[in-house]
Amino acid sequence: MTTEGDSATLSIVVNGKPRLVGAGLSVAGLLRTLKVNPGMVVVERNREILARDALETTPVKEGDRIEVVHFVGGG
Amino acid sequence: MKGKRRPDGSFLIAGRTFDSRLIVGTGKYHSNREMTQAIRASGAEVVTVAVRRVDLDRSREEGILHYLDPREFFLLPNTAGCYTVADALRYARLGRAAGLSDWVKLEVIGDEHTLLPDTTATLEAAALLVAEGFKVMAYTNDDLVTALRLEDAGCVAVMPLASPIGSGLGVVNPYYIREIKRRLCVPVIVDAGVGTASDACITMEQGVDGVLMNTAIAAATDPVGMATAMKHAVRAGRAAYLAGRMRPREIAVPSSPVAGMLDGNTD
Repeated sequence: MTTEGDSATLSIVVNGKPRLVGAGLSVAGLLRTLKVNPGMVVVERNREILARDALETTPVKEGDRIEVVHFVGGG
Repeated sequence: MKGKRRPDGSFLIAGRTFDSRLIVGTGKYHSNREMTQAIRASGAEVVTVAVRRVDLDRSREEGILHYLDPREFFLLPNTAGCYTVADALRYARLGRAAGLSDWVKLEVIGDEHTLLPDTTATLEAAALLVAEGFKVMAYTNDDLVTALRLEDAGCVAVMPLASPIGSGLGVVNPYYIREIKRRLCVPVIVDAGVGTASDACITMEQGVDGVLMNTAIAAATDPVGMATAMKHAVRAGRAAYLAGRMRPREIAVPSSPVAGMLDGNTD
Protein backbone atom coordinates (compact mmCIF):
# COMPACT_ATOMS: atom_id res chain seq x y z
CA MET A 1 0.00 0.00 0.00
CA THR A 2 1.30 3.40 -0.90
CA THR A 3 -0.07 6.72 0.20
CA GLU A 4 -0.28 9.67 -2.13
CA GLY A 5 -1.66 13.17 -1.66
CA ASP A 6 -2.47 14.67 1.74
CA SER A 7 -5.14 14.98 4.41
CA ALA A 8 -7.89 12.41 4.20
CA THR A 9 -7.19 9.27 2.24
CA LEU A 10 -9.36 7.21 -0.03
CA SER A 11 -9.09 3.50 -0.49
CA ILE A 12 -9.20 2.51 -4.15
CA VAL A 13 -8.08 -0.35 -6.35
CA VAL A 14 -5.81 0.35 -9.30
CA ASN A 15 -5.03 -2.45 -11.73
CA GLY A 16 -6.19 -4.99 -9.22
CA LYS A 17 -4.08 -3.71 -6.32
CA PRO A 18 -5.41 -1.72 -3.34
CA ARG A 19 -4.01 1.79 -2.91
CA LEU A 20 -4.57 4.71 -0.55
CA VAL A 21 -4.70 8.10 -2.22
CA GLY A 22 -5.34 11.62 -1.00
CA ALA A 23 -8.88 12.93 -1.19
CA GLY A 24 -9.59 15.49 -3.87
CA LEU A 25 -7.41 13.82 -6.46
CA SER A 26 -8.58 13.74 -10.08
CA VAL A 27 -7.97 10.69 -12.26
CA ALA A 28 -5.37 12.71 -14.15
CA GLY A 29 -3.76 13.56 -10.79
CA LEU A 30 -3.72 9.87 -9.91
CA LEU A 31 -1.96 9.10 -13.19
CA ARG A 32 0.63 11.76 -12.40
CA THR A 33 1.35 10.21 -9.01
CA LEU A 34 1.72 6.85 -10.76
CA LYS A 35 4.10 8.44 -13.30
CA VAL A 36 1.85 7.41 -16.18
CA ASN A 37 1.54 9.57 -19.30
CA PRO A 38 -2.21 10.01 -19.87
CA GLY A 39 -1.65 10.23 -23.62
CA MET A 40 -0.32 6.68 -23.74
CA VAL A 41 -3.00 4.89 -21.76
CA VAL A 42 -6.72 4.28 -21.57
CA VAL A 43 -8.41 4.50 -18.19
CA GLU A 44 -11.46 2.60 -17.09
CA ARG A 45 -13.18 3.70 -13.86
CA ASN A 46 -15.72 1.29 -12.39
CA ARG A 47 -16.05 -0.41 -15.78
CA GLU A 48 -16.60 2.85 -17.66
CA ILE A 49 -14.00 4.11 -20.08
CA LEU A 50 -12.95 7.70 -19.39
CA ALA A 51 -12.35 9.99 -22.34
CA ARG A 52 -8.91 11.60 -22.19
CA ASP A 53 -10.39 15.08 -21.82
CA ALA A 54 -12.42 13.89 -18.84
CA LEU A 55 -9.42 12.71 -16.81
CA GLU A 56 -8.74 16.12 -15.22
CA THR A 57 -12.36 16.67 -14.27
CA THR A 58 -13.15 13.19 -12.99
CA PRO A 59 -12.55 12.89 -9.24
CA VAL A 60 -11.24 9.73 -7.65
CA LYS A 61 -13.81 8.47 -5.17
CA GLU A 62 -13.70 6.03 -2.29
CA GLY A 63 -13.88 2.45 -3.49
CA ASP A 64 -13.14 3.26 -7.13
CA ARG A 65 -11.85 0.41 -9.21
CA ILE A 66 -9.55 1.87 -11.81
CA GLU A 67 -7.87 0.11 -14.69
CA VAL A 68 -4.98 1.71 -16.54
CA VAL A 69 -4.24 -0.13 -19.79
CA HIS A 70 -2.07 0.32 -22.82
CA PHE A 71 -1.05 -1.57 -25.93
CA VAL A 72 1.48 -4.35 -25.55
CA GLY A 73 2.84 -6.95 -27.94
CA GLY A 74 0.22 -9.43 -29.10
CA GLY A 75 -0.82 -11.55 -32.02
CA MET B 1 -13.01 -11.69 -58.43
CA LYS B 2 -15.66 -9.78 -56.53
CA GLY B 3 -13.87 -6.48 -56.98
CA LYS B 4 -11.29 -7.25 -54.32
CA ARG B 5 -8.33 -7.94 -56.55
CA ARG B 6 -6.63 -4.90 -57.93
CA PRO B 7 -4.17 -4.82 -60.80
CA ASP B 8 -1.35 -3.41 -58.70
CA GLY B 9 -1.52 -6.28 -56.23
CA SER B 10 -2.95 -4.26 -53.40
CA PHE B 11 -6.21 -5.20 -51.75
CA LEU B 12 -8.97 -3.55 -49.79
CA ILE B 13 -10.35 -4.11 -46.33
CA ALA B 14 -13.34 -1.91 -45.49
CA GLY B 15 -12.37 0.49 -48.25
CA ARG B 16 -8.81 0.90 -47.04
CA THR B 17 -6.00 -0.12 -49.40
CA PHE B 18 -3.18 -2.35 -48.22
CA ASP B 19 -0.15 -3.31 -50.28
CA SER B 20 1.25 -6.02 -48.03
CA ARG B 21 -0.76 -9.21 -47.66
CA LEU B 22 1.26 -10.13 -44.60
CA ILE B 23 -0.12 -9.01 -41.25
CA VAL B 24 2.07 -9.60 -38.22
CA GLY B 25 1.65 -9.76 -34.48
CA THR B 26 3.94 -8.06 -32.00
CA GLY B 27 4.02 -10.58 -29.17
CA LYS B 28 6.68 -12.94 -27.85
CA TYR B 29 9.76 -11.05 -29.07
CA HIS B 30 12.88 -10.99 -26.91
CA SER B 31 13.08 -7.24 -27.16
CA ASN B 32 11.19 -4.34 -28.65
CA ARG B 33 14.19 -3.59 -30.82
CA GLU B 34 14.09 -7.10 -32.31
CA MET B 35 10.34 -6.74 -32.82
CA THR B 36 10.57 -3.49 -34.77
CA GLN B 37 13.42 -4.85 -36.90
CA ALA B 38 11.47 -8.00 -37.70
CA ILE B 39 8.29 -6.11 -38.51
CA ARG B 40 10.13 -3.75 -40.83
CA ALA B 41 11.78 -6.75 -42.52
CA SER B 42 8.37 -8.40 -43.00
CA GLY B 43 7.08 -5.42 -44.96
CA ALA B 44 3.79 -5.64 -43.04
CA GLU B 45 1.60 -2.57 -42.86
CA VAL B 46 -0.94 -3.93 -40.40
CA VAL B 47 0.36 -5.07 -37.02
CA THR B 48 -1.71 -6.43 -34.18
CA VAL B 49 -1.40 -5.33 -30.57
CA ALA B 50 -2.99 -6.45 -27.32
CA VAL B 51 -4.60 -4.42 -24.54
CA ARG B 52 -3.18 -5.09 -21.09
CA ARG B 53 -2.72 -3.42 -17.73
CA VAL B 54 0.14 -1.00 -17.33
CA ASP B 55 2.61 -2.48 -14.85
CA LEU B 56 2.53 0.31 -12.27
CA ASP B 57 5.20 -1.20 -10.07
CA ARG B 58 7.87 -1.04 -12.71
CA SER B 59 9.37 2.36 -13.23
CA ARG B 60 9.26 3.66 -16.78
CA GLU B 61 7.04 0.86 -17.97
CA GLU B 62 6.60 1.54 -21.66
CA GLY B 63 3.85 0.43 -23.96
CA ILE B 64 4.35 -0.66 -27.51
CA LEU B 65 3.51 2.80 -28.87
CA HIS B 66 7.00 3.84 -27.81
CA TYR B 67 8.38 1.47 -30.41
CA LEU B 68 5.77 1.35 -33.16
CA ASP B 69 4.77 4.64 -34.74
CA PRO B 70 1.06 4.59 -35.66
CA ARG B 71 1.95 6.78 -38.63
CA GLU B 72 4.23 4.04 -39.95
CA PHE B 73 2.04 1.02 -39.15
CA PHE B 74 -1.67 0.43 -38.97
CA LEU B 75 -2.08 -0.85 -35.43
CA LEU B 76 -4.88 -3.37 -35.05
CA PRO B 77 -5.94 -3.95 -31.43
CA ASN B 78 -7.00 -7.50 -30.63
CA THR B 79 -9.19 -9.09 -28.00
CA ALA B 80 -6.76 -11.94 -27.43
CA GLY B 81 -7.21 -13.78 -24.18
CA CYS B 82 -10.95 -13.12 -24.00
CA TYR B 83 -13.22 -16.08 -23.33
CA THR B 84 -16.59 -14.31 -23.14
CA VAL B 85 -18.61 -11.88 -25.24
CA ALA B 86 -18.52 -9.34 -22.39
CA ASP B 87 -14.73 -9.48 -22.12
CA ALA B 88 -14.28 -9.20 -25.87
CA LEU B 89 -16.50 -6.11 -25.96
CA ARG B 90 -14.62 -4.59 -23.03
CA TYR B 91 -11.19 -5.09 -24.61
CA ALA B 92 -12.41 -3.91 -28.02
CA ARG B 93 -13.78 -0.70 -26.49
CA LEU B 94 -10.56 -0.10 -24.53
CA GLY B 95 -8.57 -0.58 -27.73
CA ARG B 96 -10.73 1.87 -29.61
CA ALA B 97 -10.53 4.42 -26.80
CA ALA B 98 -6.79 4.69 -27.49
CA GLY B 99 -7.94 6.77 -30.41
CA LEU B 100 -6.09 5.11 -33.28
CA SER B 101 -9.01 3.62 -35.21
CA ASP B 102 -12.30 1.79 -34.83
CA TRP B 103 -10.86 -1.47 -36.14
CA VAL B 104 -10.57 -4.55 -33.98
CA LYS B 105 -9.28 -8.07 -34.42
CA LEU B 106 -11.98 -9.99 -32.61
CA GLU B 107 -10.90 -13.15 -30.88
CA VAL B 108 -13.09 -15.08 -28.44
CA ILE B 109 -11.39 -18.23 -27.27
CA GLY B 110 -13.45 -21.29 -26.37
CA ASP B 111 -10.88 -23.80 -25.21
CA GLU B 112 -7.78 -23.22 -23.14
CA HIS B 113 -5.91 -26.25 -24.42
CA THR B 114 -6.21 -25.63 -28.16
CA LEU B 115 -7.09 -21.90 -28.06
CA LEU B 116 -9.74 -22.73 -30.63
CA PRO B 117 -12.34 -19.99 -31.03
CA ASP B 118 -15.76 -20.03 -29.40
CA THR B 119 -17.60 -19.45 -32.65
CA THR B 120 -20.99 -18.87 -31.02
CA ALA B 121 -19.56 -16.16 -28.77
CA THR B 122 -17.51 -14.76 -31.66
CA LEU B 123 -20.66 -14.37 -33.77
CA GLU B 124 -22.52 -12.68 -30.94
CA ALA B 125 -19.63 -10.32 -30.15
CA ALA B 126 -19.14 -9.53 -33.84
CA ALA B 127 -22.76 -8.45 -34.28
CA LEU B 128 -22.62 -6.25 -31.17
CA LEU B 129 -19.32 -4.63 -32.15
CA VAL B 130 -20.51 -3.97 -35.70
CA ALA B 131 -23.59 -2.28 -34.21
CA GLU B 132 -21.23 -0.07 -32.17
CA GLY B 133 -19.48 1.00 -35.35
CA PHE B 134 -16.42 -1.20 -35.09
CA LYS B 135 -14.73 -2.55 -38.18
CA VAL B 136 -14.43 -6.15 -37.11
CA MET B 137 -11.85 -8.61 -38.41
CA ALA B 138 -12.97 -11.87 -36.87
CA TYR B 139 -10.68 -14.74 -35.97
CA THR B 140 -12.57 -17.98 -36.45
CA ASN B 141 -12.34 -21.67 -37.11
CA ASP B 142 -11.86 -23.04 -40.63
CA ASP B 143 -15.61 -23.60 -40.74
CA LEU B 144 -17.47 -22.31 -43.79
CA VAL B 145 -20.84 -21.79 -42.14
CA THR B 146 -19.39 -19.73 -39.28
CA ALA B 147 -17.40 -17.72 -41.81
CA LEU B 148 -20.57 -17.01 -43.79
CA ARG B 149 -22.39 -15.96 -40.62
CA LEU B 150 -19.55 -13.63 -39.65
CA GLU B 151 -19.76 -12.01 -43.07
CA ASP B 152 -23.54 -11.67 -42.64
CA ALA B 153 -22.93 -10.07 -39.24
CA GLY B 154 -21.01 -7.28 -40.97
CA CYS B 155 -17.38 -8.24 -40.36
CA VAL B 156 -15.01 -6.42 -42.73
CA ALA B 157 -12.75 -9.48 -42.92
CA VAL B 158 -13.02 -13.08 -41.80
CA MET B 159 -9.91 -14.78 -40.46
CA PRO B 160 -10.02 -18.56 -40.34
CA LEU B 161 -7.15 -20.34 -38.65
CA ALA B 162 -4.64 -22.46 -40.53
CA SER B 163 -4.13 -24.47 -37.31
CA PRO B 164 -4.15 -23.59 -33.60
CA ILE B 165 -2.54 -20.35 -32.42
CA GLY B 166 1.18 -20.73 -31.88
CA SER B 167 1.21 -24.36 -33.05
CA GLY B 168 3.18 -23.86 -36.25
CA LEU B 169 1.39 -26.82 -37.80
CA GLY B 170 0.64 -25.02 -41.06
CA VAL B 171 -2.62 -25.31 -43.00
CA VAL B 172 -4.28 -28.46 -41.75
CA ASN B 173 -7.26 -28.14 -44.04
CA PRO B 174 -6.52 -26.31 -47.28
CA TYR B 175 -9.82 -27.41 -48.79
CA TYR B 176 -11.83 -25.61 -46.09
CA ILE B 177 -9.70 -22.49 -46.50
CA ARG B 178 -10.27 -22.53 -50.26
CA GLU B 179 -13.97 -23.05 -49.82
CA ILE B 180 -14.26 -20.14 -47.37
CA LYS B 181 -12.39 -17.91 -49.82
CA ARG B 182 -14.58 -19.06 -52.72
CA ARG B 183 -17.80 -18.32 -50.86
CA LEU B 184 -17.14 -15.06 -49.03
CA CYS B 185 -17.17 -11.58 -50.53
CA VAL B 186 -15.21 -9.89 -47.73
CA PRO B 187 -11.45 -10.47 -47.57
CA VAL B 188 -10.30 -13.76 -46.05
CA ILE B 189 -7.12 -13.53 -44.00
CA VAL B 190 -5.75 -16.78 -42.63
CA ASP B 191 -4.83 -16.16 -39.01
CA ALA B 192 -2.72 -18.45 -36.85
CA GLY B 193 -0.88 -21.72 -37.32
CA VAL B 194 1.75 -20.83 -39.89
CA GLY B 195 5.12 -22.25 -38.84
CA THR B 196 7.56 -21.48 -41.59
CA ALA B 197 7.80 -19.90 -45.02
CA SER B 198 6.41 -22.87 -46.93
CA ASP B 199 3.28 -22.75 -44.73
CA ALA B 200 2.77 -19.09 -45.60
CA CYS B 201 3.29 -19.86 -49.26
CA ILE B 202 0.83 -22.78 -49.23
CA THR B 203 -1.67 -20.61 -47.38
CA MET B 204 -1.50 -17.89 -50.01
CA GLU B 205 -1.70 -20.48 -52.80
CA GLN B 206 -5.23 -21.26 -51.59
CA GLY B 207 -6.24 -17.86 -52.97
CA VAL B 208 -6.85 -16.05 -49.69
CA ASP B 209 -6.31 -12.32 -49.45
CA GLY B 210 -3.68 -12.40 -46.76
CA VAL B 211 -2.11 -14.16 -43.83
CA LEU B 212 -1.58 -13.11 -40.22
CA MET B 213 1.21 -14.56 -38.12
CA ASN B 214 3.13 -13.86 -34.94
CA THR B 215 4.89 -16.84 -33.38
CA ALA B 216 6.37 -18.14 -36.64
CA ILE B 217 8.46 -14.98 -36.84
CA ALA B 218 8.92 -14.14 -33.15
CA ALA B 219 9.92 -17.67 -32.13
CA ALA B 220 12.32 -18.25 -35.03
CA THR B 221 15.99 -18.46 -34.14
CA ASP B 222 16.50 -15.34 -36.25
CA PRO B 223 13.22 -13.42 -36.29
CA VAL B 224 14.45 -10.78 -38.72
CA GLY B 225 15.60 -13.48 -41.12
CA MET B 226 12.30 -15.33 -40.82
CA ALA B 227 10.34 -12.10 -41.33
CA THR B 228 12.20 -11.58 -44.59
CA ALA B 229 11.47 -15.18 -45.61
CA MET B 230 7.79 -14.70 -44.81
CA LYS B 231 7.63 -11.54 -46.91
CA HIS B 232 8.91 -13.46 -49.93
CA ALA B 233 6.78 -16.54 -49.17
CA VAL B 234 3.56 -14.54 -49.04
CA ARG B 235 4.42 -12.83 -52.32
CA ALA B 236 5.44 -16.12 -53.93
CA GLY B 237 2.28 -17.88 -52.80
CA ARG B 238 0.10 -15.06 -54.08
CA ALA B 239 1.95 -14.98 -57.40
CA ALA B 240 1.64 -18.76 -57.78
CA TYR B 241 -2.07 -18.59 -57.05
CA LEU B 242 -2.56 -15.89 -59.66
CA ALA B 243 -0.39 -17.77 -62.16
CA GLY B 244 -2.54 -20.89 -61.79
CA ARG B 245 -0.82 -24.12 -60.92
CA MET B 246 -0.66 -27.18 -63.20
CA ARG B 247 -2.97 -30.08 -62.44
CA PRO B 248 -1.21 -32.65 -60.30
CA ARG B 249 -1.29 -36.22 -61.63
CA GLU B 250 0.13 -39.38 -60.20
CA ILE B 251 2.08 -40.39 -63.28
CA ALA B 252 5.27 -39.01 -64.76
CA VAL B 253 5.15 -37.10 -68.01
CA PRO B 254 8.51 -36.35 -69.64
CA SER B 255 9.44 -32.71 -69.98
CA SER B 256 11.80 -33.34 -72.87
CA PRO B 257 10.61 -34.55 -76.30
CA VAL B 258 10.27 -38.31 -76.79
CA ALA B 259 10.82 -37.83 -80.52
CA GLY B 260 14.32 -37.26 -81.82
CA MET B 261 16.08 -39.73 -79.54
CA LEU B 262 19.21 -41.34 -81.02
CA ASP B 263 19.34 -45.03 -82.02
CA GLY B 264 20.61 -47.02 -79.04
CA ASN B 265 22.14 -50.44 -78.62
CA THR B 266 19.10 -52.67 -79.01
CA ASP B 267 20.86 -55.98 -79.69
